[in-house]
Amino acid sequence: MQLEYSIEGGDFSHAGFASSQVKRVLKQLNVDPKLIKRVVVCLYEAEVNVVAHAYSGIIHVLINTNEIVMKLVDKGPGIPDISLAMQKGYSTASDKVREMGFGAGMGLPNIQHNADDFKISSNVGEGTNLEITIKL
Amino acid sequence: MKIREVADIVQGVVLSADDMLDHEVEYAFASDLMSDVLTIPTEKLVLITGLSNIQTVRTAEMADVQCVVVVRNKKVTNEMVELANENHIVIIECSSSMFKTSGLLYQSGIKPIY
Repeated sequence: MQLEYSIEGGDFSHAGFASSQVKRVLKQLNVDPKLIKRVVVCLYEAEVNVVAHAYSGIIHVLINTNEIVMKLVDKGPGIPDISLAMQKGYSTASDKVREMGFGAGMGLPNIQHNADDFKISSNVGEGTNLEITIKL
Repeated sequence: MKIREVADIVQGVVLSADDMLDHEVEYAFASDLMSDVLTIPTEKLVLITGLSNIQTVRTAEMADVQCVVVVRNKKVTNEMVELANENHIVIIECSSSMFKTSGLLYQSGIKPIY
């Protein structure tokens, strides 16, 4: 099964909508709730990152019998130093993002912690790609 | 402890998901930082927070938090209540500080995570 969602940069009122939809689908498929939580925590953190930092983005979710693969492709400023961005506590988030309860430099490390496989690549001035895999 | 007892202890007002008031909770975590809430694997959790916006409810949804206590009379919007109802999350509004709310629940047997 394949799902696709668009994300608008800066639109905090809809941040989490895609993650919520994916959670519903996984519940309907009777996936273990602990696995669902790992999936949606990863996806929600990644979705919030796109809203917080990029201009727009697309989420592709591929659900098959042995794994769930989530790809997030955004158009945005990109990340100049990925190893720095992966450090707990490092963040370039705006005050608005912090007012929403995010922007403490915990998102990417938390995605890595919950994922079985996590790939991140970025081109400055173009955007960032994430690929998050969780095994079922 | 049942969620309705949490509401009584903090002298709060239940704003959403009345159908969940007999569900059991065992632990609580107090934070305004939603990323921190998303790191917690614990179930049967009450979130005590001073952050009142739509992402508070979204975070509770993703983290499987069944009960959110919003402290210090922070305004809970209709949009938050609607989303909480959709996801069977009880929002309790109370006037006490985060410190007092945490203390009252701890004293009544709700456990910390760390």
